Amino acid sequence: MTDEHVYLSLAEAGPEPDGEARWAYGTGFADPLLGVDAAPPAGIDPADLAAYCLMLGDDALVLSQRLIQWITRAPELEEEVALANLGLDLLGQARRLLTRAGQLDGSGRDEDRLAYWREDFDYRNVRLVELENGDFAQCVVRLLLFATAREELYRRLAHHADPVLAAVAALGAKELAYHREYASSWTVRLGDGTEQSHRRMLAALEVLWPWLEELFTPHEVELRLGVDPSELRAPVLAALERVLAEATLPVPETAGRAYVDGRAGRHGVHTEALGPLLAELQVVARAHPGATW
Amino acid sequence: MSTVPERAREVAAAVPDPELPMLTLADLGVLADVEEADGAVTAWLTPTYSGCPAIAEMAADVSRRLRAAGFDRVEVRLRIDPPWSSDRISAEGRRKLAAAGIAPPVPGGMRQPDRMLQLGPTRRVVACPQCGSEDTEELSRFGSTACKSLWRCRSCREPFDRIKEI
Repeated sequence: MTDEHVYLSLAEAGPEPDGEARWAYGTGFADPLLGVDAAPPAGIDPADLAAYCLMLGDDALVLSQRLIQWITRAPELEEEVALANLGLDLLGQARRLLTRAGQLDGSGRDEDRLAYWREDFDYRNVRLVELENGDFAQCVVRLLLFATAREELYRRLAHHADPVLAAVAALGAKELAYHREYASSWTVRLGDGTEQSHRRMLAALEVLWPWLEELFTPHEVELRLGVDPSELRAPVLAALERVLAEATLPVPETAGRAYVDGRAGRHGVHTEALGPLLAELQVVARAHPGATW
Repeated sequence: MSTVPERAREVAAAVPDPELPMLTLADLGVLADVEEADGAVTAWLTPTYSGCPAIAEMAADVSRRLRAAGFDRVEVRLRIDPPWSSDRISAEGRRKLAAAGIAPPVPGGMRQPDRMLQLGPTRRVVACPQCGSEDTEELSRFGSTACKSLWRCRSCREPFDRIKEI
């Protein structure tokens, strides 16, 4: 055997002469970092880098799950397709980041192990991404806050010392730019729309704005890695203020949500919304451990 | 130093894209490199989008074609740095896309570094791949796959896909 990789083994295992063993298009799930040089960079603690990749990967995975919950519920078919595409981008980023975390932390866990077999207190996402979907205004506002902050972060991480994280961020920044554009244009359309759409955008901002601050609050791992997210605050707020002004929406003055004894999502302290989300995400994998098809 | 076997490269370069079979992986810029050392062939692929579900199919197709061409030791690896860009689609690839009714991306049309300051959607003149009219409008930035947007021609009234710049 020259191939140690899952999908190549799958491709070889089939009864057909050409080895076509996948039961349907797209079911050959390859390692998203297949054959990418996995050596950790010198001078960086692999455990810290793994923890950081887990944070960013969990953000992307959980928001991806929230977005796909919009399927069959979006106001228009085009928006459903758009939200599915955004979720797919985030899922792809999550797969790469979780795989990277598993490579670095020495546990040997792959992306599936990390996604399906951790409890909510082991998830390291910010709480903003786990909150219930709410109405379409909340969907738009959450996307606006998250995509604006994450694009800015990915642009910086594209120059990170870890070549894998840098490459994931470089592509992710281009994808997040589309997410931000989508959310920005809907923010303007709804904020500067009808009386009702304006009112609902105001309500959505009131609900979600307090959770923005967590994206700028450094965790000790981020400080040790030199990726202090508080540096994002000024450029991200400036970008958000421009969009909100165009949308005739005021910049909320509400304070950031309090931490629980100094801890929040990055420490595994979550809202009650995460548990049910993970239950839905994980139920099939847990009902049929190790299942293949 | 590895040598580049022209035949292995030709075989890999001829593999069609699973979703856009009128294009090869080479046309699409997904095939990043083909190396040969001591009889073992390594093909390097660069995925388009982070979540592109076709990459496993692409890798399996490349591996299968190379084996069918007589290469026994074949490895397919991913190269994610530098990331894929729509600029990697060859001129031939753009021509094939247009011939198939899909508007190709504009070379060098990636967004500028200061896009953070931009608010609204970028206005672009996109010619209808059916009738050539430039009187077209974007219906949705997100289409049937991650790499496409959905457009409509106001002249011939036909909808069409367009590969996005990234």
